[in-house]
Amino acid sequence: MLDAQNLMVFYENMLALNNVTVLCKRGQIVGVFGANSAGKSTMMYTLSGIILDMKKKEEMAGGERITLLGKVVYKGEDISRLKPSLRAKRGLILCPERRRIFIESTVMENLLIGGYLATPKQRKETIDYVFFVYPALRKLSKRIGGFLSGGEQQMLAIGRALMAQPELLLLDEPLMGLSPLIQKVLVTSTRDIRDQRGITILITEQYARPVLPIVDYAYILENGSSVLEGTGQELLSNPDVRSAYFGV
Amino acid sequence: MDIAVYGIVNSISLALVALGFALVYGISRLPNFAHGALYVTAGFLVWSFLRALALNYVLSIVISVLITGIIGSLIYRAILIRIRGMAISEIVASYAIGLAIIEAFRFWGFKGMTYTLPSFTKKTIVIGDVPVDGHRVLVVVLGVLVMGSLWAFTHYTKMGLALRGMAQDERAAMMLGIDSDFVALFAMGLGSALAGISAVLLLPLGNIVVEKGYDVLIQALAVCIVGGLGSWAGAIMGAFIIGFAQIIATAYLGAKFQMVVSLLAILFVLILKPSGLFGRQKELEERV
Repeated sequence: MLDAQNLMVFYENMLALNNVTVLCKRGQIVGVFGANSAGKSTMMYTLSGIILDMKKKEEMAGGERITLLGKVVYKGEDISRLKPSLRAKRGLILCPERRRIFIESTVMENLLIGGYLATPKQRKETIDYVFFVYPALRKLSKRIGGFLSGGEQQMLAIGRALMAQPELLLLDEPLMGLSPLIQKVLVTSTRDIRDQRGITILITEQYARPVLPIVDYAYILENGSSVLEGTGQELLSNPDVRSAYFGV
Repeated sequence: MDIAVYGIVNSISLALVALGFALVYGISRLPNFAHGALYVTAGFLVWSFLRALALNYVLSIVISVLITGIIGSLIYRAILIRIRGMAISEIVASYAIGLAIIEAFRFWGFKGMTYTLPSFTKKTIVIGDVPVDGHRVLVVVLGVLVMGSLWAFTHYTKMGLALRGMAQDERAAMMLGIDSDFVALFAMGLGSALAGISAVLLLPLGNIVVEKGYDVLIQALAVCIVGGLGSWAGAIMGAFIIGFAQIIATAYLGAKFQMVVSLLAILFVLILKPSGLFGRQKELEERV
């Protein structure tokens, strides 16, 4: 499904991603774990193409120089130079870090804006599905996005991404700052989304523990490099990893 | 009573003038200082179609508004897209374009008091005890209609929702497959067409003179700054505040104080509450 080869990203001279290769097979949930500033979000921006927009804006303003190397292959096509909206059209949707929902619009409007790429029929069907996965949102559909709690906002952000009819969904730190209870709901729903809709999911997190039970394969990033990879079991049995990332 | 009636007429006119500017700024953070020039362009276009080519009035209006919209998007596509995100350059470039358009009209001989458009109706209506000419009543009715349809457009259509999504978070909109360049182009076209619509509605009340271009820009700026840049509801509220202030100033101090009121409003708002009286997001952030 997704084959990102030898990604390297420089911000000026700072190496944010160093030779990272990530492979995502159809129907898998793949995890990427790493501490703050390990390069998780940079990787997500590179995969979704947002980095191209950042690069363009920085160049125009004469700001930071962003250099990209490597190749992103998605469904057998090299999309490294494709702008984000075209990648989204091909079914590669990013649900960004810190949720970034539209805080002045209602929950329903957020979902409808997310359905920009969908046909009217898909839009209706997906809204029903989002309310089925996150029943909490149904009662809130007229509420302004900015007035939702963090957990509700995260559900909305994932729901909004689902509206764009993803085939590969990139979830960037969906559990950040949320209570263990909500984390559990989100993790379960992530698995349900894969199982019920057949959407491939690439998920990043700082703490691997809540997510590990549902991932099929995982990578560990450290200072921009991929230092370890393997199935959940393999990572769990590695003592260094256990103490550093799983808190056990 | 006349203050109330003419205050409302004036406020709606100002809201119409400012709406296009507020829309473009709200969606793509682009201060379109060529707004006034587009306004004048629409006026001269209608005049040319009507007088020089002797077309039907309604037809010339429709064509002119469309052409103004297209000119706006062309300006964006050709020039402004290259400097997106650099506020100062955007202001300088769009102002230069506006200046060029306005002065080109002057150069081609569109100057003096000879250019007028016929008003839509000759009737006079008495509201309470104030006689108002029919055209001003029509301006209010059509103005409210334009704002209403704009509201419906941004709330119920796919493109309108995309506009609002992009206005709030451009990158988040991109991630959902919204092509930001295309949406910004569309917004600029729509904003310019709105400048055209306001020109068509308001110019029959006076002469078409090139200097209107500068006046309109200042009025639009004043309204948007008072209401809070980027907030559409704020622009309408700002129009009512300035609209009534202008009429009151005219009634008690004299007509020449109209422009002074707008300029003073800009000054005071920038000193006292720089984000505008109804600045977007600020309020939300405070409440959460």
